Amino acid sequence: MKLATALLLFAACVFAAEPSTVAVRNARIVTVSGPVIAKGTVVVRNGLIEAVGENVTIPEDAFIVEGEGLTVYPGLIDSLSTVGFANAAASTAAAGGRGGRGAQTAVATAAAPRSMGPEDRPQTTSWESAADEISASDSRIPAVRSAGVTTAATFPTRGIFGGQGSIIDLISGEKPGEMVVVPTIGQYISVGRGGFGGGGGGGGYPGSLMGYIAYVRQVYLDADHYKMAMAAWDKDPRSMERPMYDRALEGVLASKRILLPANREVEIDRMLRFAAELKQPAILYGGHEAYKPEAAELLKKSNMSMLVSLRWPELPRGEIDPDNEPTMRALETIHKAPAAGAALQKAGVKFAFYTDGIDQPRELQRAVKRAIDAGLSREDAIRAMTLTPAEIYGVADRMGSIEKGKIGNLVVTRGDLFDDRAQVLWVIVDGRQYKPETGGQGNGRGPATEQPGNPGGNR
Amino acid sequence: MKRLLLAGLMALAPICAETIVIQNATIMTVTKGTIKNGSVVVRDGKIVEVGEKVMIPEGATKIDAQGQYVIPGIIDCHSHIAGDGGINEGSVSVSSMVNIKDIINPEDIAIYRALAGGVTTANILHGSANSIGGQTIVLKMRWGKDAQSMIFEGAKPGIKFALGENPKRAGNPQGRGANGQQPFARYPATRMGVEDTIREAFNEAKIYKAEWDEYNAKAARGEHPMPPRKDLKLEALKEVLEGNRYVHIHCYRADEILMMIRVADDMGFKVRTFQHVLEGYKVAKEIAAHGAGASTFSDWWSYKMEAFDAIPYNAALMTKAGVVVSLNSDDAELMRHLNSEAGKTMKYGGMTEDQALAMVTLNPAKQLGIDNRVGSIEAGKDADLVIYDKYPLSDFAKVQKVLIDGTVYFDRDKEVSAQAAKDAEKQKLLDKLKQESQQPGNGRGRGRGGN
Repeated sequence: MKLATALLLFAACVFAAEPSTVAVRNARIVTVSGPVIAKGTVVVRNGLIEAVGENVTIPEDAFIVEGEGLTVYPGLIDSLSTVGFANAAASTAAAGGRGGRGAQTAVATAAAPRSMGPEDRPQTTSWESAADEISASDSRIPAVRSAGVTTAATFPTRGIFGGQGSIIDLISGEKPGEMVVVPTIGQYISVGRGGFGGGGGGGGYPGSLMGYIAYVRQVYLDADHYKMAMAAWDKDPRSMERPMYDRALEGVLASKRILLPANREVEIDRMLRFAAELKQPAILYGGHEAYKPEAAELLKKSNMSMLVSLRWPELPRGEIDPDNEPTMRALETIHKAPAAGAALQKAGVKFAFYTDGIDQPRELQRAVKRAIDAGLSREDAIRAMTLTPAEIYGVADRMGSIEKGKIGNLVVTRGDLFDDRAQVLWVIVDGRQYKPETGGQGNGRGPATEQPGNPGGNR
Repeated sequence: MKRLLLAGLMALAPICAETIVIQNATIMTVTKGTIKNGSVVVRDGKIVEVGEKVMIPEGATKIDAQGQYVIPGIIDCHSHIAGDGGINEGSVSVSSMVNIKDIINPEDIAIYRALAGGVTTANILHGSANSIGGQTIVLKMRWGKDAQSMIFEGAKPGIKFALGENPKRAGNPQGRGANGQQPFARYPATRMGVEDTIREAFNEAKIYKAEWDEYNAKAARGEHPMPPRKDLKLEALKEVLEGNRYVHIHCYRADEILMMIRVADDMGFKVRTFQHVLEGYKVAKEIAAHGAGASTFSDWWSYKMEAFDAIPYNAALMTKAGVVVSLNSDDAELMRHLNSEAGKTMKYGGMTEDQALAMVTLNPAKQLGIDNRVGSIEAGKDADLVIYDKYPLSDFAKVQKVLIDGTVYFDRDKEVSAQAAKDAEKQKLLDKLKQESQQPGNGRGRGRGGN
């Protein structure tokens, strides 16, 4: 099964290509930025949306997709991802479980050398940029694309200051550079959770949550001081000793914004305060307890955007240990986390979903469906994966909706996106067409065969 | 169902009353003796009157405490509850840059349980893994409030130091590594090394302080010097040198207590409290002369080599030598019955009732510099009060109600009567979630039912 999936996925990447003009006609068009067009046409030429509307002339050279009975959406944006990093852990855990030793941390790839103290900064690679590190051959690219994800905000996640994230379009290009839409969109910061030993037993500094916080705080104090010293030296280089160039601080200072983890209400409160203290533009990620109106209200008050993980919490598998039963609070979070979107929407908080490593199309659909079932409107769910993430990262001028001049990223489906029976038929990224891989879609559970009358049908 | 759930949560939240009168109680004030059949009047979070006969303000909520006892809220000078993500930053020997204030977890159920044991204030300390540990914070057990609202406003922050086996243990390369990691050797590995680590850190802090003092002097003269780099680790020690941060020292043996007094005298700071201090009775005069307090256990010892030479008379002997002594818990469970711990000093050492009770109320308040606010039942102090059904310095007493700032945060009757409904509510939710997770293809999680 796995092998077959891999082969099919491979076939899917090979398939993508020319022609450079595509038109989807007679389809229902969900533009997101404007009203839904009941029956219209979208033309994508040279990677950009050339025209959209009810009466659009289709260029002669266009490859035509018959959209009768189909729906076109803007390409989905995964607002926090590691796609493109072939060795990265898929999940960018916002925080560990409740209490005890931290379950997952976002530390990926090879372990950093043990730090002897706050002065060595082995957990800072702030200068690195996803744009420089991604690989076009990451097998997760065709996988998530099959779910309709055309774009990802992808981040290096090792250490504490992982590096600069980038917006990338999920094309199967030869050179990774082709994928990059915006090379630097912000700094990913992860904050581990220590156990009782807090690093005393073998890890380096920091080994506890308070250590992580102190580490980040010190880095920003140093960055401020560095900036001041550099400016003074620049102004009058003959008056003082030359400050030492520090790439870690350069990277920190170059960050447009920081991403801080916050799942529980307590963490949201803590990180809102921390972001204010650091005086950095910030976005929080995690958000599972944002279903609580109090938590949503805190975010609203700080005018903070939240990235909500679609990996909803679950009961521990198997029999529950009666001595270690989840608390009422934990059960409530499992029960209500998918309502985070609805609660944030109601409170007027800007939020976007992120896949958190869910790369099977059917599972992604189901995860979003649970948010819809918990009270989020379908329109708002779509917005949280299209225009809102584009706004959060300041790229709504070029993507996130179906508008003339925006990047030609589209998803063509049969049925409503995020419905159990919805099928993604075509994914268009930068104007290139991709046929999603159905083998990977069903995972043995969903409809595994294509419906008759599939447009193109030439595979 | 959702409403019921909400109601369940609301029951946990404190009820707030503007004016409360506790009547017909035996009031153990700690500072002004015991009043039989007296009343306490509470308004706007403060105690306004205490006595046999009081003016009862109109509209006051009356709590009839017939046959019951009222004491000041218990203060625990050494606790590790209410923290998120570890209370030890043990990776380095000097971790004064970390701060418990950053990781307050107001949802820790230990807070509510401490409250149910009569504790209203606790000094939340960093662990004892290293010679100089992290910064500490004093919290009120305002269960249901957010992290910042737990902080005892105006209480001077502290820092944890540690001597002896704990800080030198990680220096042993034969030691166990946590999480299956390779163990590593961290300096120091001996008591000599612990002393050296503390001295070195303060030497560094003095240089750091001199740099800042010079900078501030220049700036005051109108010059525009480049400020020194702000170093969070040394900043906290600079505050110790300036007298703006209390030093709480984890220690056991008499020799290292004397060592610490010498180090403090040499470096120019005061030790605020010796914590645990099981051999304090041997050097009580020296502790008193330094002006330090002692916060110990009533009868908990022999859990490691350095904790063997202990006696239950420790607290009483130190008190008689003029030391301000408190009894602490260092433990979420012991924290729930500090009242009976205090009672033990009456048997071992002949403390009076007031002296015994002061060890878990007024004395820890003095040690934390908050005795102007809490620690006794006096007009003008915070209305942090505990009502017991029986004589409080005994194992048989049960906490009935706890007030903080004049608000009832724990009510035994309400808690007990709500328990069955809460259990049922939880079981119902658990069953529901179990059932949902067993349905295949329900979209919960990945891979379930597939492959």
